[in-house]
Amino acid sequence: MTIYAAFFYVLAGVILVSTGLAITRRNLVHTVVYLIISFFGSALLYYLFGAPLLAALEIIIYAGAIMVLFLFIIMMLRVDHSTLRRPSIRHWLPAGVLGLIYVVVAVLVVTQDPGSRTMLETALAKPRIFGQFLFQKYWLSVEIVSFLLFIALIGALYMGKAFAKDVRHRKEVEK
Amino acid sequence: MIVPYGHVLLFAGILFAMGVVCAVARRNLIMMLIGVEIMLNSAGLAFVAGALRWQQLEGQVFVLFIFAIAAAEVSVGLALIIYAYRRTGSLDPETYNILKW
Repeated sequence: MTIYAAFFYVLAGVILVSTGLAITRRNLVHTVVYLIISFFGSALLYYLFGAPLLAALEIIIYAGAIMVLFLFIIMMLRVDHSTLRRPSIRHWLPAGVLGLIYVVVAVLVVTQDPGSRTMLETALAKPRIFGQFLFQKYWLSVEIVSFLLFIALIGALYMGKAFAKDVRHRKEVEK
Repeated sequence: MIVPYGHVLLFAGILFAMGVVCAVARRNLIMMLIGVEIMLNSAGLAFVAGALRWQQLEGQVFVLFIFAIAAAEVSVGLALIIYAYRRTGSLDPETYNILKW
């Protein structure tokens, strides 16, 4: 086992444990903090797999922007600490059995595939090379994605406006 | 030499399953969005591992687009959640039954 394999297994363990803790916490703020730990681990994995630019973006976008957005929303709303849903065994059993079948099949497919035993070679895509490749071959997709972000911005703004209008309308009706 | 490709796929699969459980089993709209985030992140890890296996940069390019999709999804999703919270005063998805007769 090389040092890189040790890195991978340690990081994978940390990510799985912190994500597992995150999805079971009752307090949403704890969830967000554990998820930030998990995303930092993911960023290190990106770096290990030879994508330093994506590692930086993972920290900036996921651990930074998205998780801070979640924190703001949690602070804005009065969140009642919700627990895990506990449905009856009659509701839970069919979903559990079907899910288990999928898990078994997926594990078998991955382990039986001879291609899955190929060892990953260490490589590094320098940010400069990556950026040149991106803007030479996929510039149209970049433009489309920027347009998508613009539309999401308009949608979020419209949602706030629609609520204000809704409140005004309801007040007039009550009068 | 890092690890066999299958181990990375299994790891990403377990992470994805955790996201599914979080999105399905929690009685809270914010936790559902967080579950979607976990799923997108695990898909990105699988893509980068694929890029490393075939030594093609396309996998990394796709992860960049996944980041953009995740950012757009979370902004619109949280705006919708705030709208629904102000209408009903609750984050429990089971209280949204206005259409029920």
